Amino acid sequence: MAIDHVSSGRKVGRYILLALMAAVVLFPIYVMVIASLKPGNKAFVHPLLPGDFTFSTLREAWNSGSLGRALWVSTIVSVIVTLAEVITAILAAYAFVFLKFPGQKIIFAIFLATLLVPLEATLTVNRRTMQSLGWLNSYKALTLPFLATAFGIFMIRQVFLTIPKEMREAASMDGLGHIGFMYEVAVPLSRPTIGALALFSFLTSWNQYLWPNLVTTNAKYNTVQTGLKALRFASLDKPNLVIAGTVIVALPIFVVLIAFQRQLVRGLTAGAVKG
Amino acid sequence: MMTYPLFVAQVRLENITKQFDGVTAVEDINLDIADREFMILLGPSGCGKSTLLRMIAGLEDPTEGKVWIGDTLVNDVLPKVRDVAMVFQSYALYPHKTVQANIEFPLKVRKVDKVERAAAAAAAAESLGLTEYMQRKPGQLSGGQRQRVALARAIVRKPAVFCMDEPLSNLDAKLRGETRAELIALHQRLDSTFIYVTHDQVEAMTMGTRIAVMSRGRIEQVGTPQDVYDKPASVFVAQFVGMPPMNILPPGTVEGGDHLVGVRPEDLQIHPTGAMSMIVTLVEHLGHEVLVTGTIDGRRVVVREPAGAPDRRVGDVVGLDATESGRHRFDATTQRRIDG
Amino acid sequence: MKKRRWRDAGLAAVLIGPSAAVLGLFVIYPLLKAVWLGRERCSNAKCSTNGWHQYVDAFRSNEFQDALVVTLKYALITVPIGLVLGIGLAVLADKYIRGVGIFRTIFSSTVATSVAVASVMWFFLFNPNIGVLAHYLGGVFKSPGLLQDSHTALWAVSASSIWANLGFTFIVVTAGLQSVPKDLYESAYVDGATGFGRFTNVTLPMISPTLLFATVVLTTRAFQSFGEIDILTAGGPAPTNPTTTLTYLAYGKGLPTSGDDGLRSTVSVLLFFVLLVLALVQFRGLDKRVHYGN
Repeated sequence: MAIDHVSSGRKVGRYILLALMAAVVLFPIYVMVIASLKPGNKAFVHPLLPGDFTFSTLREAWNSGSLGRALWVSTIVSVIVTLAEVITAILAAYAFVFLKFPGQKIIFAIFLATLLVPLEATLTVNRRTMQSLGWLNSYKALTLPFLATAFGIFMIRQVFLTIPKEMREAASMDGLGHIGFMYEVAVPLSRPTIGALALFSFLTSWNQYLWPNLVTTNAKYNTVQTGLKALRFASLDKPNLVIAGTVIVALPIFVVLIAFQRQLVRGLTAGAVKG
Repeated sequence: MMTYPLFVAQVRLENITKQFDGVTAVEDINLDIADREFMILLGPSGCGKSTLLRMIAGLEDPTEGKVWIGDTLVNDVLPKVRDVAMVFQSYALYPHKTVQANIEFPLKVRKVDKVERAAAAAAAAESLGLTEYMQRKPGQLSGGQRQRVALARAIVRKPAVFCMDEPLSNLDAKLRGETRAELIALHQRLDSTFIYVTHDQVEAMTMGTRIAVMSRGRIEQVGTPQDVYDKPASVFVAQFVGMPPMNILPPGTVEGGDHLVGVRPEDLQIHPTGAMSMIVTLVEHLGHEVLVTGTIDGRRVVVREPAGAPDRRVGDVVGLDATESGRHRFDATTQRRIDG
Repeated sequence: MKKRRWRDAGLAAVLIGPSAAVLGLFVIYPLLKAVWLGRERCSNAKCSTNGWHQYVDAFRSNEFQDALVVTLKYALITVPIGLVLGIGLAVLADKYIRGVGIFRTIFSSTVATSVAVASVMWFFLFNPNIGVLAHYLGGVFKSPGLLQDSHTALWAVSASSIWANLGFTFIVVTAGLQSVPKDLYESAYVDGATGFGRFTNVTLPMISPTLLFATVVLTTRAFQSFGEIDILTAGGPAPTNPTTTLTYLAYGKGLPTSGDDGLRSTVSVLLFFVLLVLALVQFRGLDKRVHYGN
């Protein structure tokens, strides 16, 4: 293609620019990883250069920061939230698209309006609710408010709307009920979007910061994020441990990102292209 | 083992009216469709023909009136129990399932056992020449093949009534011609009732045992293709069936009286001593015939002449006669046929 | 008609029920309750009402006004710089050249870092004693340190936030670029438009819906940012508190709101209205300039 043709001189320039920007973006990560692989006493001598390679710092961070426990809590919370959010979104979206019932438009409008409410405006009352139920420091507190989201319902609704009405009619003439149609047709046809929603809600849940801070005081229920915060303030005299902890905590999500890059792009751009 | 009741599958519509949000789509329709008939619902888009079909299939509830299939009043009977199959204009195939799974699907839903439904699907596929495509997905098939899969999915259920909603409209002209012939053969082989919606009068004339011509939510005429062509009951039917459409001439042009006279293009002859005079505006040579278009008192008229007729030129003024047997008389106000 | 609508109602209730329960209990109820609670001052479980006037008082208070200014500054730093960098990287990595996939993965990678991870990283980068920047550059990095200097603290927090959001902006803009039909570029090329002309005349208008989306998301994030401030500066440095944003004012430690659910609610409801106004302004103002295609 004439337009895509790039002369070799400009090509080299572009590579240099790309490499430079990549270096800038990766710089903080590089510094962390290098520091985490050095023994504690040498961690900050030549911060940009590797040296005296060792896993001992990472091992110590793992043991002292109860990061294993925090990873476990985060995993449980994120898996529950993801599964529930996807399921509730599919069910509700199905009703909005394939059923006719009184009050349909109003209920949908109310659901959609909740998109405008920032998490911050609800947290205080939600914390009180959890407290009065005696659920502070529990998985219930960490997961319950996020088991359904308007965003998820809206996203699945948009893809269900692309399924031709005739397909549902053909199925109903065959005697396939709504649950059967959802399971046999609607969900399989929407698999890419459902995958994108799952990944998106997993990441969002994994990265929750403020809410876990509000409803957990017991280190037993530290998530990765609150655990990291605790580590940052507890080990100020051993900064290399905090850094190693950060690397440990960041690693699983990096793996998830590389494995599901396509779904992530789809999830983040839902609604972005073509307004 | 599943058995199919061999009951008589006549369909009767009594005073059917359908309104959508106060807008009337179908108004007070009465229609008897006999067992094993190939009934065509013909009309322009928006005339209510699809709505009528969908009420027979059970996809819409009539606002008023009764739908009977056999001896059963089916108004409150769910589509799946009506023993009716439907072929949709868009085919509505499941894109994530193979052809085989698509064809088997209606039986699977009805909990027919695996071996039996594979056999039934194989038979249906065989009869439509789909055997070699069984493991493909609909996206890998041509339009014509997809259309056959939709047919096979309907056949496999052995329903008493087949409903088809413009099933050929997504095919190209050549394929449409071939498929018409196949549908006729299918109807004879299956020996069941077909109800077929189309806006294409060629499909209606070639396939139907009877045609119900619809306009604005009402039935204009019901009859055999020959009846509808030879004795159109209204100006609308006269102009909708037949290509090019029948010429409708104002009172006093062809003969005396205050009625409209309709004449088909082939029933007009160009003749030097013709009673009417026409100015030629367009001459189309179609090989086996010539269509001569002109105006009489500013009104457009089309004449069909055999290929060997003398050459006409644009601007010629020619005489025109209408054969006595080719005149259709319509009331000028009601637009209905007068002589019956 | 009626029959058909009611036939599905039972099933609809079952399908929508779970979502309605969660959204009702944890979004709608708390919002309404927070509006009510915002009239009160609480200490532990004991609350006493000040009436609706508390909203006005809180809005007029120095703390709120300062936090609003900080939040606006923070948004005005992070959103434009973040957008320009994101667009730049996306355009740079948009041309099909060998190995561009690796660069795309690198540029997207910061979406994988949570607020806490990113903030801890930058906390150490900026650390005046052991940080890399202090080590090699010295100066203000070394004493008192960017996060400890009230003139630079907000900029330092912004740097961390821009970096953390870069992956998101890059992915969104890249998707926008890929949705631009190729023939538009070709016709612009045939019309003799230069590279820069093609960018301003074709690319920017065509990806404007994407940019609107990214702008709204980035602005909302700026207004809701809490984690980076909590970890990097805790709203400080005192006494000017140049990094106490609205969200931090509502939920941070050592503030008038701490332990006072009433005042917290007042601030967070006010934040909700600020965000609502902002969203309306953004859609009103930007929507006109956005080209949505057919």
